[in-house]
Amino acid sequence: MALTPSSVAYLRQEDAPRLPPPASMTGLQGWLRQNLFPSIGSSLVTILFGALALWVLSSIFDFAFLRAVWSGADRQACLGENSGACWPMVAAKMGQWVYGFYPIDQRWRVNVCFVAGAALLAPMLIPSAPYKNWNVALLFLAFPLVTLVLLTGGNFNFDLATYALVISLMLLAAVIVPLAAFGLEEGIACNKAGLGLAGAAVGLWFASFLTGPLQTTIGGTSNSLISILTGLLLLGSGALSIGTAVRRAPRGGFVAAAGWAVGLAGILLAMLLLDFDFGLLPVETPQWGGLTVTLVVSITGIVVSLPVGIVLALGRRSRMPIVRMLSVIYIEIIRGVPLITVLFMSSVMLPLFLPPGTSFDKLLRALIGVAMFSSAYMAEVVRGGLQSIPKGQYEGAMAVGLSFWQMMNKIVLPQALKVSIPNIVGNFISLFKDTTLLLIIGLFDLLGILQASLRDSAWATASSAPTGYLTVALMYWVFCFGMSRYSIYTERRLHTGHKR
Amino acid sequence: MKSKVLAWVMGAAVGAFAVGAAQAGTLDDVKKKGFVQCGVSQGLAGFSLPDAQNNWTGLDVDFCRAVAAAIFNDPTKVKFSPLSAKERFTALQSGEVDLLSRNSTWTMSRDTSLGLKWAGVTYYDGQGFMVRKSMNITSAKQLDGATVCTNTGTTTELNLADYFKANNMKYQVVAIEDANQVRQAYDEGRCDIFTTDQSGLYAERLALKNPSDHIILPEIISKEPLGPVVRQGDDGWFNVVKWTYFALLTAEELGITQANVDEMTKSTNPEMQRVLGVKNADGSAAGFGTGIGLNEEWIVQIVKGVGNYGEIFERNVGTNTPLKIARGKNALWKDGGLQYAPPIR
Amino acid sequence: MTIASGTRNVAKVSIWNDPKLRALFFQAVLVVVLVLVAYEIVHNTILNLQRLNKDFGFAFLSRTAGFDIIQTLVPYTSASNYGTALYVGFLNTVLIAFLAIIAATIVGFVVGIMRLSKNWLASRIATVYIEIFRNVPLLLWIFVFYSAVRQPLPDAHQAYSLFGWFFLSKKGLMMPKPMFGDGAWLGLVALLAAIVGSIVIARWARARQSATGQPFPVVWTALALIVVLPLLGLAIEGFPVDWEYPALAGFNFSGGVAVLPEFMALFLALSLYTATYIAEAVRAGVLSVSHGQTEAAHALGLRAGATLRLVTVPQAMRVVIPPLASTYLSLTKNSSLAVAIGYPDLVAAGGTVLNQTGKAIEIVSLWMFVYLSLSLFTSLLMNWFNARMKLVER
Repeated sequence: MALTPSSVAYLRQEDAPRLPPPASMTGLQGWLRQNLFPSIGSSLVTILFGALALWVLSSIFDFAFLRAVWSGADRQACLGENSGACWPMVAAKMGQWVYGFYPIDQRWRVNVCFVAGAALLAPMLIPSAPYKNWNVALLFLAFPLVTLVLLTGGNFNFDLATYALVISLMLLAAVIVPLAAFGLEEGIACNKAGLGLAGAAVGLWFASFLTGPLQTTIGGTSNSLISILTGLLLLGSGALSIGTAVRRAPRGGFVAAAGWAVGLAGILLAMLLLDFDFGLLPVETPQWGGLTVTLVVSITGIVVSLPVGIVLALGRRSRMPIVRMLSVIYIEIIRGVPLITVLFMSSVMLPLFLPPGTSFDKLLRALIGVAMFSSAYMAEVVRGGLQSIPKGQYEGAMAVGLSFWQMMNKIVLPQALKVSIPNIVGNFISLFKDTTLLLIIGLFDLLGILQASLRDSAWATASSAPTGYLTVALMYWVFCFGMSRYSIYTERRLHTGHKR
Repeated sequence: MKSKVLAWVMGAAVGAFAVGAAQAGTLDDVKKKGFVQCGVSQGLAGFSLPDAQNNWTGLDVDFCRAVAAAIFNDPTKVKFSPLSAKERFTALQSGEVDLLSRNSTWTMSRDTSLGLKWAGVTYYDGQGFMVRKSMNITSAKQLDGATVCTNTGTTTELNLADYFKANNMKYQVVAIEDANQVRQAYDEGRCDIFTTDQSGLYAERLALKNPSDHIILPEIISKEPLGPVVRQGDDGWFNVVKWTYFALLTAEELGITQANVDEMTKSTNPEMQRVLGVKNADGSAAGFGTGIGLNEEWIVQIVKGVGNYGEIFERNVGTNTPLKIARGKNALWKDGGLQYAPPIR
Repeated sequence: MTIASGTRNVAKVSIWNDPKLRALFFQAVLVVVLVLVAYEIVHNTILNLQRLNKDFGFAFLSRTAGFDIIQTLVPYTSASNYGTALYVGFLNTVLIAFLAIIAATIVGFVVGIMRLSKNWLASRIATVYIEIFRNVPLLLWIFVFYSAVRQPLPDAHQAYSLFGWFFLSKKGLMMPKPMFGDGAWLGLVALLAAIVGSIVIARWARARQSATGQPFPVVWTALALIVVLPLLGLAIEGFPVDWEYPALAGFNFSGGVAVLPEFMALFLALSLYTATYIAEAVRAGVLSVSHGQTEAAHALGLRAGATLRLVTVPQAMRVVIPPLASTYLSLTKNSSLAVAIGYPDLVAAGGTVLNQTGKAIEIVSLWMFVYLSLSLFTSLLMNWFNARMKLVER
């Protein structure tokens, strides 16, 4: 006996009609009620903050648009009793804010760098873009070189000694080739002669340190003698090492030797490129300024700090007590002091540390300070990434017999760095903002050049400073906000792996 | 060797930027690289200021150009490094710049203990006070209890303390590193007085919102001889800079100007011929340029390039410029000023 | 690799592959290189100092400074020595850092909670505030606020006045200054007694609540004690407190306590900028407390306030404190930007001394030492606090 709906009189035959939600819960009214005026307290908050927001927005709008001056040749235009933002000043000064005192007919060089940098960086940031390896190589090897040549004008005129030194160092590095190809034990066994010569060269070099004070009395002759001897020893050692590597196990050895040769050729090529006279007008760093300096300093700082930071982070987690202690001391000292003191150190103290009579560029000194500073912070970011890698990954890598550096390169660092990307971007944002401190040590970054142009009597008005601050703040904001959005995007993208 | 190795390693790493060591012969170095690297201020109207086209103008800047003209017969062969008060002497000591022409006061301690040498006084200055006209103040003695804006890191702060103490007056000092912030603070009413070198006051007044609302008090509370500085221990270069300065004065004294210099070379006046390096009939010159490593026409080159001292003064800070500074102490000795050059002979 | 001890035939391992020896060798090389570099630096520095006719040492600290400082917490004149000038700067750093930390914490907590508010406008305004303030450099904010505390305000002669006690002008905010007379020590004693009493009551209340479950209004009692007891103490002595009111004299106000525009600008910029970081930390902390916790608290019958106080906040604090600690540290370090607007902190005072004496190495190392000590002190304090707040696990 089935109980059908039709057999029960009080049972409804069809669904009740769907009523619309009450008017107070839908549409604009509902939204307002739910989100702005749900209770008396909340309504008060809404009114209070609404009024505040309206006041702030309207005064900015009033200053930047309604009362603004839009055209004019000099301060006369903006001297009005009630005039707001002085936009013609921004138009007149914008070139300087972006390029500093860079010669105007040479500004295209900076533009080329901007465009090339953006063109190379954009595909890096898009995860799905192809040819990542080539992109990385271009961005981190070719681009800095080209930028350096373009911005400074190249033609560095290295002397022969510099070439000799670089080649010597590469020859010294050649002893690693057999070690890398055949492992430590065998590498040493088969290349005893090469290692011996290299050791002798290093010993000789140290000896020249110890005899230092004598040099002044003997004169320059023994100096060059030691140099030539060291060079010959290194030449022999390098030839033996490479020869051994190639002869002993043609394949593996050949690959390692080829890698070394490519490295040497690359470095020499880079030096020649910097040395070559392209006929560009030399532009010294005191002529740089504005956004260019801000970008150069922050990008160089972050690029240099990444490898240094990785080494420091590994050092801090190392089992070797001295290495760990040194890393901790460096990181904690730098993180414990303000950037401004580090900058003062690099600008005032660094010249005292160099041999008497040597000096180098002010901008470079600031760059060293910035890189030292951000390396310590980068080390902590990387350490955070390293700590997030489960122990099993290390153990697994060791279990399959990888060496320390193989484990780091192939297993740990790729994962750790990937997790750290948002924090690295965050680090970059703070570094980008911190470059404003350069003005305190007398460099013209974006904020510094704004200060300098406020000095120009041609545009001295009551509204010059607010207009300038507003414009420059907007420029900083666009960069920082864009980067923070990217960091959040990466965080979300990377987070998927951890969701279950 | 030791230092050399480090220098090499540095050179390889940073070769791009490493500035050559400051060696004995700055003049030779300058000739070799083809320009004078000149340290100037970061922006002071009338003395050294870049315009929107990045051209530097000013008295200090023109002195650098005069040196370039003396060496290269081309006043444009000079490059400017803007330096802050804090780093100016370090930059000169380390060889970053060849010549410092940055309104730097000549004092005994600086001259004797910093390894520097002043080549002359291109501008006799003194510390003064600027106030608002509306305050109806005519003398610095009326400033008891005032708030004073000034730069840190110069002798100004010390002179200020001494002056108020000596006159038994109270004051508050707002001392800011960046000259631009100092001016803005004064302009927006944070302070009643702005104090710095008087020339600086004239220059900063221009950048105020209403320059005509402010006056500079007559009192001068210190001696501030400003001049070009070179490194100690390089007499050749010191001579070039010092005598470039004297040449500018001598040219004014003899009435040689940028406009008439070519005409003057035809003069038969022996002193004129000596100064301008006019060749005798037998082809030997009477001038002294070669003695300091320059050529015989060095003064002609200087005057052609930048004019004489009077012209430089009038062009940059004189009464017809916005700064409106009278020659005063900076007039030639024969006009009652302090500018005096030893004879060129 | 080495074979576990106990096995008889220990495999012969080449010394190159012994990790211990390798580590030792590597560290030895590192130490030698570092010592060489350090030697080179020291050697060069000595040569350079000789060349510049400079000596090294801190004897200059006892020489007369000769310059004045606008804000001094301890007696200082231009006749004092460089050491005192640096000490004055140090105290000013501590003052600005301490006050700005308190303000930033308050603003940060309010904004952090606001961002999670159900009120659409409040949460949007909080978001916009955070995004604007943290994406523009602090130094720019300092300049902006320095302009803002001068330009719109009147001259000293037309200062805004409140009861004739407080004056606000371009010269800063002037406040009356208490001048304690003879018998005022009783007030101080009463204040100390009130503080001690509050702590005792808090302990007792906690013990009672653990034992019986009965709560006690600790906060109100303590507030009442701290306000009433010192007043009572002073009343007994007939209020021996005089107020020194600021008065216009000549150019400026004299008397009272002055809050300088430089101080206000730095204080506002530091606290508003840092508050955004605190707000984000607070938001993350509150979000980290799972919804189940609040639901369970409600189910147990706790009211909204009690839930917040007893359930949400203690758990959120665990997530909030570590970033809070590093934020405080960076605020302290950022206070060194004072040098840009002439607030005489340690870096500004030190910079002046550096310029007058040329003692670059001494001054920079002094700066680093002081900031390092401040940082270590703050992190010790925060670590202690963190340990107290940590989840007690079995």
